[in-house]
Amino acid sequence: MQTFDLTTADQDFIAEVESRSHQNLKTCYQCGNCTAGCPYTFAYDYSVSQIMRLIQAGQKEAVLQSRSLWLCGSCQSCTTRCPNLIDVALVMDVCRHMAREAGYATERAVKVFVDSFLKSVERHGRAYEMGLMVAYMTRSGRIFTDVDLAPTALMRGKLPFKPHPVQGREQVARIFERFRQGGING
Amino acid sequence: MAKIAYYPGCSGLGTSVEYDSSTRAVCRALQVDLVDVEDWSCCGSSPAHTVNHVLSAALSARNLAQVEGMGLDQVATPCPSCLTNLRTAAHKMAHQDFRDQVNALLDIPCRTNVETKSVLQVFDEQVDPQLILSKVVNPLTGIKIACYYGCIMNRPPVLMRFDDHENPMAMDRLMCALGAEVLPFPLKVECCGASYGIPRGDIVARLSGKLLDAARRLGADCLVTACPLCQMNLDLRQGQINRALGENFQMPVFYYTQLMGYALGLDRTELGLNKLCVDPHRVLGKIKQPVPVK
Repeated sequence: MQTFDLTTADQDFIAEVESRSHQNLKTCYQCGNCTAGCPYTFAYDYSVSQIMRLIQAGQKEAVLQSRSLWLCGSCQSCTTRCPNLIDVALVMDVCRHMAREAGYATERAVKVFVDSFLKSVERHGRAYEMGLMVAYMTRSGRIFTDVDLAPTALMRGKLPFKPHPVQGREQVARIFERFRQGGING
Repeated sequence: MAKIAYYPGCSGLGTSVEYDSSTRAVCRALQVDLVDVEDWSCCGSSPAHTVNHVLSAALSARNLAQVEGMGLDQVATPCPSCLTNLRTAAHKMAHQDFRDQVNALLDIPCRTNVETKSVLQVFDEQVDPQLILSKVVNPLTGIKIACYYGCIMNRPPVLMRFDDHENPMAMDRLMCALGAEVLPFPLKVECCGASYGIPRGDIVARLSGKLLDAARRLGADCLVTACPLCQMNLDLRQGQINRALGENFQMPVFYYTQLMGYALGLDRTELGLNKLCVDPHRVLGKIKQPVPVK
């Protein structure tokens, strides 16, 4: 069993998660409702209620290195069922932002997928599925991802070979540029 | 009915092309006047909000600003992921600080006086049920269906403000009105594995497999969905799920708009039934032909 030294709580970390999520994390009394409804627990290293407890205990490294952050599907089950009205999925999202900013990516394939998706949007203005798949396969090195699905999808005209033009794609690209220049946390 | 802006979402141009075309066809038949959002762009989908909320809101808010520019105050989308993003952006931008941060990223600022709804909500709240009934020419009598709403159409309730968040009924009511036997599907709002199909196919196999298994145990002939990602995971990936779990599911997965269009007797090409991966024709063959009125 993994143990944590609760005398080493990182108060700044707790405060940052609270201020960025606008949630009062002290009200979590570990009822476990979030974990009971979470469909992803089987794939997590820490369950969502354990993540909540680790945040309360200021265990910054354990939280930011958790694979669970990258695997949360934002399905909103935890948020919907929290008896203390904590937006738990939002807390998971904020921790995911902080992990990314700190340079962690403990589920690398997920990060590569997200990055490939956003690159596609930045470039074309819309998500272009074919381009996204090629970018993902190249960057992740997983060149056989879903090749079994390609014939079915292509035959049904579901994977166009060209992106659809968006007139305002430069406006979209500027959103990304300004975002990178601004160093926005939110 | 007043004109409603229509936001198709990126998948409507690719993997869910039949959802887009059947939605448009049904809306036309039910006199729901949709006008495409001019030069719409991606809402950011799930990837953007996992990176940063201001970036995510800005990608959505560009589209809300486009709707404002068209002089409309309502936008409808078939896709629950787009719906969540557009609603979240407007919800968070009610706070001045957040709105300023978002608008600083945009060429054209967004005033957030547009309300986003799902097309399902428009059907449920703004279309007279009698009008729908009066247009049914092929009642769905004889098929048993499980309605699957997906995890974010109704959740969290404080944001979505539509239908019941544990046991939504809007699609059930529609399908029932069209003559189908609607089964009480217990996993209506459980997650299908979302966008992890590509990076973590094992997760989608397990979660979508659970949905297919529950529908089969219930005796459903097919699943009916309202989400492009759910539909893709359950239909296009059904072969992968079978291989991963040693299963033999052959469960057709319709968009609810396809079955609506079928019941309303709309043009089959627009309904895109041939775009589905698991062949739906055996199930459609179970629909009893209406007795002609003499």
